[in-house]
Amino acid sequence: MRKTQKKTLITYAIVIIAYIILEIFMKAGLMSSHLKGLLVPMVYYAIAAVALNLCVGILGELSLGHAGFMCVGAFSSAIVSQLLSGAIPDALRFILALIIGVVISALFGMLIGIPVLRLNGDYLAIVTLAFGEIIKNILNSIYLGVDSAGVHLSLKSQMALGLADDGKVLINGAMGITGTPQDSNFTIAIVVLLISLFIVQNMIDSRDGRAIMSIRDNRIASESVGINITKYKMTGFVVSAAIAGAAGVLFSHNIATMQATSQYFGYNVSIMILVYVVLGGIGNIRGSVIAACILYLLPELLRGLNKYRMLIYSIVLIVMMIINWSPALRDKRDKLRKKLMKGAGHGAA
Amino acid sequence: MGVFNMLSFLNYFISGLSLGSIYAIIALGYTMVYGIAKMLNFAHGDFIMIGCYMIFTIVSTMGLPPVAGIIVAVIVCTILGVTTEKVAYKPLRGASSPLAVLITAIGVSYLLENAALLIFGADTKSFTSVISWSGITLAGGQLKIQGVTIVTIAVSLLILVFLQLFVHKTKEGQAMLAVSQDRGAATLMGINVNKTISITFAIGSALAAIAGALLCSAYPSLTPYTGAMPGIKAFVAAVLGGIGSIPGAMIGGLVLGIIEILSRTYISSQLSDAIVFSILIIVLLVKPTGILGKNIQEKV
Repeated sequence: MRKTQKKTLITYAIVIIAYIILEIFMKAGLMSSHLKGLLVPMVYYAIAAVALNLCVGILGELSLGHAGFMCVGAFSSAIVSQLLSGAIPDALRFILALIIGVVISALFGMLIGIPVLRLNGDYLAIVTLAFGEIIKNILNSIYLGVDSAGVHLSLKSQMALGLADDGKVLINGAMGITGTPQDSNFTIAIVVLLISLFIVQNMIDSRDGRAIMSIRDNRIASESVGINITKYKMTGFVVSAAIAGAAGVLFSHNIATMQATSQYFGYNVSIMILVYVVLGGIGNIRGSVIAACILYLLPELLRGLNKYRMLIYSIVLIVMMIINWSPALRDKRDKLRKKLMKGAGHGAA
Repeated sequence: MGVFNMLSFLNYFISGLSLGSIYAIIALGYTMVYGIAKMLNFAHGDFIMIGCYMIFTIVSTMGLPPVAGIIVAVIVCTILGVTTEKVAYKPLRGASSPLAVLITAIGVSYLLENAALLIFGADTKSFTSVISWSGITLAGGQLKIQGVTIVTIAVSLLILVFLQLFVHKTKEGQAMLAVSQDRGAATLMGINVNKTISITFAIGSALAAIAGALLCSAYPSLTPYTGAMPGIKAFVAAVLGGIGSIPGAMIGGLVLGIIEILSRTYISSQLSDAIVFSILIIVLLVKPTGILGKNIQEKV
């Protein structure tokens, strides 16, 4: 078995074992209802972290708009679920909503990728942030309803929709979406996480993945050996957006009233996910999952820590970035490693 | 909306100009730091917030005059800016990934916001304007221009003139231009790059404190997140005007402020942010170097 394959299998094993343990705890009644409520959010933040790590760690571009993709996935799938509510079996409905949510997020990823991927570094970060805020703002100000006559859209108010008596309001402006069927549960969330991990890991191990990573490491060099920069960057970005959309689908089917507020979909959420990615290790997919789960649960479990949580995270973030990326410290570490290797070689001889 | 009212349009235009002047002052700090240190200081907006809290503490809590508040805020922000650069950004200069320093800057922004949250609390503080002048009335009482509006516009113009003179007439300013053009060559010419970058951060952060005083005088509610959005919009303004260009930041800021206020008034208050951010995307698609930016060719 190849080394990467082994690593990937260990990741799946960790997720499945953690799932089984938590399931046993739940079945045995050892878990408070508060904790149970945290499990699905924990998993969708883990999925979002995997998506962002694909973008930051593998593609090498910082997106601050992943909350926006989550938002697109959440709203589009919630609309699908509401429209199909009662028409088809629940399981089928959720699968359909998931697929549509993911596809629409991917489309938005492509749409946003066209202008954004021409840029790099700081510009890309700020433009993705802008896109996330635009999506949030627009969803906050549209009213969408449906009745026998068709779909109604307004920017003014619910009344301006002019719905017939059999009509149904889908998006009620800043009030958001109410009454989406609560289809997602811990098991489904874990399945979605495993599928996301499978996609990302296979992508990294593939020819496409190596091309994407070569662009990250040296864009000009990879262009000169004939790698189509735009195509591969776009592939990575769209897949990342689609997976973030899947996290959004889980979100919308786990919350009774969903609004496009900054608390759920603002750029602060993107930054929070970035914290998970950095603390889990940039480019380390398994690390993202573990960091997201621990960092999400820890402050909830240790109530006293909650107040200082963000402060501690931000300090750890800065310190980790400096330790891992500072050229001076890297040199020192390399020298130390060489010295140790030399010492070890000496000992063996 | 009825008949288009010229006077009310003028009123909105002037408040747009005022908001734009604040964006311009913030954008000046952004653009200088970006031009010279080649990094996006994501925490710049949070320096504004720290400045506001300093003034709030001095003026509202301790009861000292606003001038003292502004001086303290400028000093604190300058020290904060220089220290941040030394501690968090300098070790990452020359890192293999350009993302490293950006993510660190995001971390600093996060740190400042959460530190303010712990120290000052999450509740909205009502900020007392540092400008007590009530302003002037024109057109027989129909057109009122508030004192803070006039002062804001005047201050931003003064800062623009000061910065232009500083950059083009002083030795330190010339050093900044040299570092922004070619850091390696500047070092060879005997320019102390570290000192130059420190001066840039000091000026940028001092400007952030002044922008904070004006921002909170015009919009008197203060929370730990007050600076974040204006900071991001000022970056948009800097990009619009051409990043690295001082007059560009001024023009970008004014244009952005006017567009924001007018779209908030005439289109939709909820969509005004979306419109402002769309401008960023359009600019980057059509003319990525901004209004006054120079074309930079990538070399292998």
